[in-house]
Amino acid sequence: MQINKNIAISDSGFVFNPSTGDSFSTNQVGLEIIRLLKENKSKEELIKELVLKFSTDESTLEKDLGDFFMMLNSYQILVNND
Amino acid sequence: MSKLSYERPFIQKLNTGSMNKFGTKTEFAPVTHLDGIRVSKLIEDYGSPCFVISERQIRKNVQNANRAFKTRYPKIQFAWSYKTNYLSAVCNVFHQEGSWAEVVSIYEYKKALLNGVEGNKIIFNGPDKTEEDLALAVENNSLIHIDHFDELYSLVGLLDGTGKKARVAIRVNMDTGIYPMWDRFGFNYENGQAWNAIIKILSHKELELVGLHSHIGTFMLSTSAYATAAYKLCDLATNVKLKTGKPIQYLDLGGGFASTNTLKGSYLQGADIVPTIDDYAEVITSAILNSNFAQDELPTIILESGRALIDDAAWLIGSVVATKRLSDDRRATIMDFGVNLLFNAFWYDYKISPAQEFTHHTEDMVIYGPLCMNIDCIRESINLPLLNKGDQVVVHKVGAYNMTQWMQFIQMRPKIVMIDMEGKSHILRENESLDTMMELERMPEHLKNI
Ligand SMILES: Cc1ncc(COP(=O)(O)O)c(C=O)c1O
Repeated sequence: MQINKNIAISDSGFVFNPSTGDSFSTNQVGLEIIRLLKENKSKEELIKELVLKFSTDESTLEKDLGDFFMMLNSYQILVNND
Repeated sequence: MSKLSYERPFIQKLNTGSMNKFGTKTEFAPVTHLDGIRVSKLIEDYGSPCFVISERQIRKNVQNANRAFKTRYPKIQFAWSYKTNYLSAVCNVFHQEGSWAEVVSIYEYKKALLNGVEGNKIIFNGPDKTEEDLALAVENNSLIHIDHFDELYSLVGLLDGTGKKARVAIRVNMDTGIYPMWDRFGFNYENGQAWNAIIKILSHKELELVGLHSHIGTFMLSTSAYATAAYKLCDLATNVKLKTGKPIQYLDLGGGFASTNTLKGSYLQGADIVPTIDDYAEVITSAILNSNFAQDELPTIILESGRALIDDAAWLIGSVVATKRLSDDRRATIMDFGVNLLFNAFWYDYKISPAQEFTHHTEDMVIYGPLCMNIDCIRESINLPLLNKGDQVVVHKVGAYNMTQWMQFIQMRPKIVMIDMEGKSHILRENESLDTMMELERMPEHLKNI
């Protein structure tokens, strides 16, 4: 599972998926996650970086990322690479 | 380097072209204080969830209702409809503001006496009054509003040979153009039943017919229905005067004025469409002033307004138990309060605000209560900030009927507090505990050991 490489993101939190034509709004943490995913970071690396940057802990992130990835999947921002 | 504040990641598809044509009023501006006290402090002191009542708002509502009617008509009397909210402290705010008591059961009747209301200022409505109840009401010189012929005959039988008199009125039901018609209470106007009951009463000298009563429905969005009701009561009253030479002392128009809550399925917010108290007052007083009463024989107008005077004077504060994702990707938020405490969530789309600051990001969600029951849904769709477990919320305008119709089901009932005119909080009712619940239970000896 990886991020659709064509996804365009703006600093203000807008996300555009050119393959479906859908656009999305996201928040600061969401934007950071999509950026890190575009850099091919794994979930574990992601959590490490986010804990350094934001005032949160690993178990909160673990839970919230589960939900966020589900939405990215449903919006076809994350794609199965097989 | 200090860390950035964290908000759970969120992404939402932008839908163009599917906006509601009425636009949506945002509900997510935080409400951090209630009458000057921090919500988090109230929850710390009294627990979550907790009902919070504003003494200031109740007084403001009664005073405003009195102003609306008294500036238009010389003789006005409000009577607090106990079942709407019969916490004694709440009732006493109304009584201090000059309201009488309107009760529909012997429980409410005795509560009014306990609160110190004089017997002759209690209006006894309702279909279920036993002979014992009626005897007490006669003893106290209360106003007995007769609901059916069985009650009329019980009363006559009770008074027979005692030399005592009862002050009575009849409840009249009628077609006011409102569907469904509430014809199960009282005597019907159109088919002559009401006049028939009046004739019966006049034929018994131990019954003194002092008033006529109607309560045409609740959350009435049409003011004109009250004009119809008032004209029909005036018609009966003027006919009584013709027949007996004695004027009717009061016309009781009941309750039914809408509060500013939003009814389920309504596109428009309640506050934008419901008539004001002045609108109702104008219609009712004009109808009576335009009837054929001599100026010095104008009847007193009694009003038993309930929800319009208390709904916006109470909040329910509570906390998020959990958030989850439903099978269709919708967000669901589970609160520590549900339909057990907000019975009226079946009819109203209650406004809910977060009690702390959030970013501008919001999402659509379903709000569920804590009961293990499918019907336990408070809002089917609401747009709120990204709530997390432990976040606190405020539900608005919950003062009417919830604190009387609440259910002790699965969960026990929480505290009710009131914030007084000086901004001080007081407990009006303690939360239930296992002890409270067990107090009424009895265990047969053979089941004590398991
Ligand atoms: C006889 C009577 N009076 C007054 C009321 C109060 O009604 P509301 O809360 O709609 O003003 C009711 C409520 O149903 C009622 O039955």
